[in-house]
Amino acid sequence: MKFAVIVFPGSNCDVDMYHAVKDELGEQVDLVWHDADNLDEYDGILLPGGFSYGDYLRSGAIAHMSNVMAAVKRAAEADKPVLGVCNGFQILLESGLLPGAMLRNKNLKFICRTVELSVENDETMFTSLYEKGEKISIPVAHGEGNYYCDEATLAKLKENNQIAFTYASDVNGSLSDIAGITNEKGNVLGMMPHPERAVDELLGSADGLKLFQSIVKHWRNSHVVNA
Amino acid sequence: MYKVKVYVTLRESVLDPQGKAVQQSLSSLGYQGVEEVRIGKYMELQFDDSVRDVEGTVKEVCEKLLSNPVIEDYRYEIEESAKQ
Repeated sequence: MKFAVIVFPGSNCDVDMYHAVKDELGEQVDLVWHDADNLDEYDGILLPGGFSYGDYLRSGAIAHMSNVMAAVKRAAEADKPVLGVCNGFQILLESGLLPGAMLRNKNLKFICRTVELSVENDETMFTSLYEKGEKISIPVAHGEGNYYCDEATLAKLKENNQIAFTYASDVNGSLSDIAGITNEKGNVLGMMPHPERAVDELLGSADGLKLFQSIVKHWRNSHVVNA
Repeated sequence: MYKVKVYVTLRESVLDPQGKAVQQSLSSLGYQGVEEVRIGKYMELQFDDSVRDVEGTVKEVCEKLLSNPVIEDYRYEIEESAKQ
């Protein structure tokens, strides 16, 4: 399986994401600059964390207008897995690939620590190797991770089982403690916590690795004969 | 030439943690009468004469980039300005 890690000016978790896929997951991966207009050769798209365009205007607002995002949208329409982490999640929200928006953390502080998440949906292509209700330790590092959407959207997220991860206890004021959501089809996941920073016990937790392994498992099942 | 003033504010239904902190700070300074503070953004855009439909363009850029309709409202003022 071949992944693209999209790099925007100001991305700073791109190398962590690259390392997670190449060295811990053992799959192919390229760093792809934001002006690329074709992602056809990739089976999975990863939008890393950081501060694209310095978070000017709003987090993710300028990055979502960049050239590569049209190709990311085409990949999402083609049912390829698209994962946005932290700033990547904010970019997916700005681009409309996922519903809702991010507000400043409730306590106005940049929160950087390992938190406990609950797996809410273990039937997505990103979470199939977890158990529903499983508690996992994944670091967060954000100032704007306070997820917001209107009531109708929240009801729809719940009804369609689009909430993939919640915080086990309140971290940033997020609505319904939402930490990560998928689109309706389930092939686009945005999450504030950083699974790529939790792929080896040396890093303090390897709980994030199963997320990447789930993606590969899903891809093998649908693309490799006799998998 | 047109000078366009754009104001982007959080929607009424959206909590504003920054505004709340400022309101509490004002209150501790003794300004008890300040009931609520909402923080927004103010932007100035300068349009040259090549833009035919200034108002239409302003609405378009407000919706596409300058504001996020999920959490924000916008309003604008358009002023004719002399060439510099």
